Amino acid sequence: MKKQQIKQFMISLIISLVIYGALMFSMNNGIISSYWSRIMITACINIVLATSLNLASGYLGQLTLGHAGFMSVGAYIAALASIHLQTPFIISLIIGAIVAAVIGLIIGMPTLRLKGDYLCIITLAFNEIIRVIMLNLKITNGARGLIGMPMSTDFTSAFISVVVTIYVIYCIVKSRHGRAIISIKEDETASELAGIPTFYYKIMAFVISAFFAGIAGGLYAHYNGILVPVSFDYNKSVEILVMVVLGGLGNLKGSVVAAIVMTFLPELLRSFSDYRMLLYAVVLIATMIIKEKNLMPHIKEKFSKKEVVEEVAE
Amino acid sequence: MALLKAEGLGIQFGGLKAVDEFNFEIEKNQLYGLIGPNGAGKTTVFNLLTGVYKPTSGQITFDGKPIIKMKPNQITELGIARTFQNIRLFKNMSVIDNVKVGLHHSQNYSLLPAILNTPGYFQGEEAIEEKALSLLRVFDLEEFAYVKASNLPYGKQRKLEIARALATSPKLLLLDEPAAGMNPTETAELMETIKLVREKFSIAILLIEHDMKLVMGICEKIVVLNFGTTLAFGTPEEIRNNPEVVAAYLGNEE
Repeated sequence: MKKQQIKQFMISLIISLVIYGALMFSMNNGIISSYWSRIMITACINIVLATSLNLASGYLGQLTLGHAGFMSVGAYIAALASIHLQTPFIISLIIGAIVAAVIGLIIGMPTLRLKGDYLCIITLAFNEIIRVIMLNLKITNGARGLIGMPMSTDFTSAFISVVVTIYVIYCIVKSRHGRAIISIKEDETASELAGIPTFYYKIMAFVISAFFAGIAGGLYAHYNGILVPVSFDYNKSVEILVMVVLGGLGNLKGSVVAAIVMTFLPELLRSFSDYRMLLYAVVLIATMIIKEKNLMPHIKEKFSKKEVVEEVAE
Repeated sequence: MALLKAEGLGIQFGGLKAVDEFNFEIEKNQLYGLIGPNGAGKTTVFNLLTGVYKPTSGQITFDGKPIIKMKPNQITELGIARTFQNIRLFKNMSVIDNVKVGLHHSQNYSLLPAILNTPGYFQGEEAIEEKALSLLRVFDLEEFAYVKASNLPYGKQRKLEIARALATSPKLLLLDEPAAGMNPTETAELMETIKLVREKFSIAILLIEHDMKLVMGICEKIVVLNFGTTLAFGTPEEIRNNPEVVAAYLGNEE
């Protein structure tokens, strides 16, 4: 098992290095224009958001609508750290992520006792509360937007964040902790009676999810150069959730693909930009009709029957 | 000293006393049955013993410790495991992962080693894998280890649920209607399995069952529950000849 896992790890590492090398080469040689390379950074940020939400919504099975809230906490804290404390980029990112995780803990403690619709509404409310706070604080410069942080996010840092996020979440899901988290989604009572401290694991998955949302926020802050509260509204949370649902709940690869597709699709349909949200709705409904569960395993099923089980077990 | 002792146990849902004054004792390595007409409160008793419901009166001591204030997962860790009347497996997980969830506490590597892939993590995972496979072997489920749990035939799902319960290394196993929905062949096979489990793991078992042949055949003592109270307690022979029990099942002569 150890050998197999190391082999898998090495293969993944080589694949990501090759992808990174190819993309960097194309960017440096002008094959990919700077316009598209900026969109690729957005795609990376969205992958971090989608995979981290997948831990809370896909694997843990808690439908939360506050992911943009955690992202905004990470974004503002990281930006403020960069502006006022002059911390290096990576330190700002980590500070932002840790604060987002702490907020996740504070929000999670009372709300994770709720289930289903209630949790959804509470996290949605939390998202709005954060947005309104950011809008009214002096230090965040309200609706005029926070500026002045260095534009440190480049493709390399975004790509590394993606790799680290996927790696960490993959490792968690593979471990005994991950099995505990998945078992909660499957049947919470049975999980508790199999000896799993369910509340602890719910909090844990939620906090880790918030942590990576914070990382994504920090990346976004140092990529965009300006932070306005309205970009972290309810629509953003839904957008991330759409990526997760589209890619398949509890499916990391699916989240990655869906995040990329959902980033590039609106760009390709720039001329219809007003209808972007409409497009999301159409895609989401279409996906539900095509396959009531999720798209990725369905495609995979065609290639191999066996892998479907492993995918879920992952 | 009794392994598990329930004294004056009761629970009230609104005005309904689902269980009232339930007294019960089970020793180590004993096999007891819990029977009673439909709606007598058998499953409620299980829910009380495992902490799913908090009793409104009475006391439960397990292994010398009072457990009524504990959470279900703490009670499981202490050594009471159970199965459910309507099978509750982790349906989308593989068979072996179902057992591995039960083995959660057999290893204690924390989150960081799992992320950093330390030797401790690999040792832990290997130990879990080995234990899970050996448990599956006991129930002849080894060949299905990597099949999705919901794809198992019904009888095997029942067995898997018992395997998962045993994975928590319990001292007392509560089986809620293990033979429900099984044909006579499967029931006979299940009886053998229960006997085997008891010998191999030397644990106490309390089972709810409507199949009288099974109950009378393997249980040392039987508790009869009616309207939430203990109606009778004794050996199968005593229970069979107890007029009150017969009345509870078949009604009085008048």
